[in-house]
Amino acid sequence: MSVGRDRFKKREVAVVGVGITPSGEHWDKGLRELTIEAGFAAAGEAGVRGRDIELILVGNMSAGMFVGQEHVAALVADFLGLNPTSAVRIEAACASGGVAFNQGCLAISSGLYDLVVVGGVEKMTDVQGKWATSVLSGAMDFEWEAYFGATFPGIYALMARRYMHEYGLTREQLAEVAVKNHYHGSFNPLAHFRNQITVDQVLTSSLVADPLRLFDCSPISDGAACVILAPAENARRYTDTPIIVSACTQASDTLTLFERRNICTLDATVEAAKEAYQQAKIAPEDVDVVEVHDCFTIAEILALEDLGFCEKGDAGKLYDEGQTYVGGSLPVNTDGGLKAAGHPVGATGVKQIVELVKQLRGDVERDRQVKGAEVALAQNVGGSGATAVVTILRRGN
Amino acid sequence: MSQRGVSFHWRRYKERYMLLGTKCETCGNIFFPLRSVCPNCRRDGKPSPLALSGRGHVYTFTVIRVASEGFEAFTPYIVGLIQLEEGPKVTSQVVDCRPEEVYIGMRVEVCFRKLREQGKDGIICYGFKFRPADSQAKHE
Repeated sequence: MSVGRDRFKKREVAVVGVGITPSGEHWDKGLRELTIEAGFAAAGEAGVRGRDIELILVGNMSAGMFVGQEHVAALVADFLGLNPTSAVRIEAACASGGVAFNQGCLAISSGLYDLVVVGGVEKMTDVQGKWATSVLSGAMDFEWEAYFGATFPGIYALMARRYMHEYGLTREQLAEVAVKNHYHGSFNPLAHFRNQITVDQVLTSSLVADPLRLFDCSPISDGAACVILAPAENARRYTDTPIIVSACTQASDTLTLFERRNICTLDATVEAAKEAYQQAKIAPEDVDVVEVHDCFTIAEILALEDLGFCEKGDAGKLYDEGQTYVGGSLPVNTDGGLKAAGHPVGATGVKQIVELVKQLRGDVERDRQVKGAEVALAQNVGGSGATAVVTILRRGN
Repeated sequence: MSQRGVSFHWRRYKERYMLLGTKCETCGNIFFPLRSVCPNCRRDGKPSPLALSGRGHVYTFTVIRVASEGFEAFTPYIVGLIQLEEGPKVTSQVVDCRPEEVYIGMRVEVCFRKLREQGKDGIICYGFKFRPADSQAKHE
């Protein structure tokens, strides 16, 4: 079960500063440089001094496999010049960033800490693509999925095939997810890919794991993101535009896809969302802008249904009608999502929060700004759905 | 997938060679792979090993074109979720069948195959795969 309502409501949490690096292939930057860049940007924005920081949380999936470096939290504290501040690395595969954010919120709301830095980082392009594929397959059950030859795209392809079989989603509708995310990404200077693409390009890109093609898959990116958290009552010390965390919840499910109750839904998302809506006292229709975990196009389709934005089986229609673009009724992944903005796995959950904070402040490029956005929701997924984190943010008064 | 020692592979041989699952005597549910704790009954559960029949059908499938390290030689290969007669599903390759021949609902049966070689000096990993249910007659 996710975190109990009353515990979280003890003290309201605010995001008072954000920082982010571009996502992409950073040949000139290692894990420590990326983290410092995002961390300094966030701290600078909030006007926070090092001595004020009480706790550092770092979301990171697999520095050990990607760059041979463990003990990442200590490295980050050291290179940010923050010794002897307590630093903790948090790992939940692709949800590492979201879980770190959740833990940061709990640290503030518990009353134990008054200023917490939550970072997320992944340095993925120092290894060959094939090795990266193998590392990412560790997000599934290594012994019962990867061992038998399943890849991470393959596991999502199994979901896509079954979903298309049950609900009649078309290959074109699936392609529209990537087309829309690239369109949004084209306005985001920090995105990994800034080119717009067509449905035809998606449908003729090379097959990775049928029915998923290359343009259904998020890229392998380097990147880091960081947020500064404080109790809402202190937020004005740091910023004129605090963003309040109305809810942040986390739920778990089986590590393997094959043991799920239903592979066309992520029960962890459903559970975390149910709890988050209760905590925030809102309904799905109150949300103005959404960031979901589109590691593969099918994941965005499942997410919109599991978050309650439409009935199961109906998400494809939102794409026929263009409703998920900025200007539509439900703008989704306004930074380009994982597909176009990039997916530095450990950073992604924090990166989503950074985008939504900027949206709520009215701080993003005009072409992708959701006008007057008051309430935002993020969904971050680990593996094929064994971990899900749902966060609801709102503009502070 | 870096090289791992013999014990890593040997530890699971019963499940991988004989498709050994778990039945909880308390709730009657059947699981794959082995579980020492029944997720429904937890402390009240009585899980015990159960050999699964190896008969089932393809619940969903994909054709892997970009493989993880160690599986390159097999591409393109079919990976499916197999719905077993007894209830649980498993992830497995589907063999003796071309990518264009597999379909959701296809009847399959378990077979014993090489899963992967880990280079010239490495361990050869064996385990279950599934093949079309009539293929035994066809091939013998």
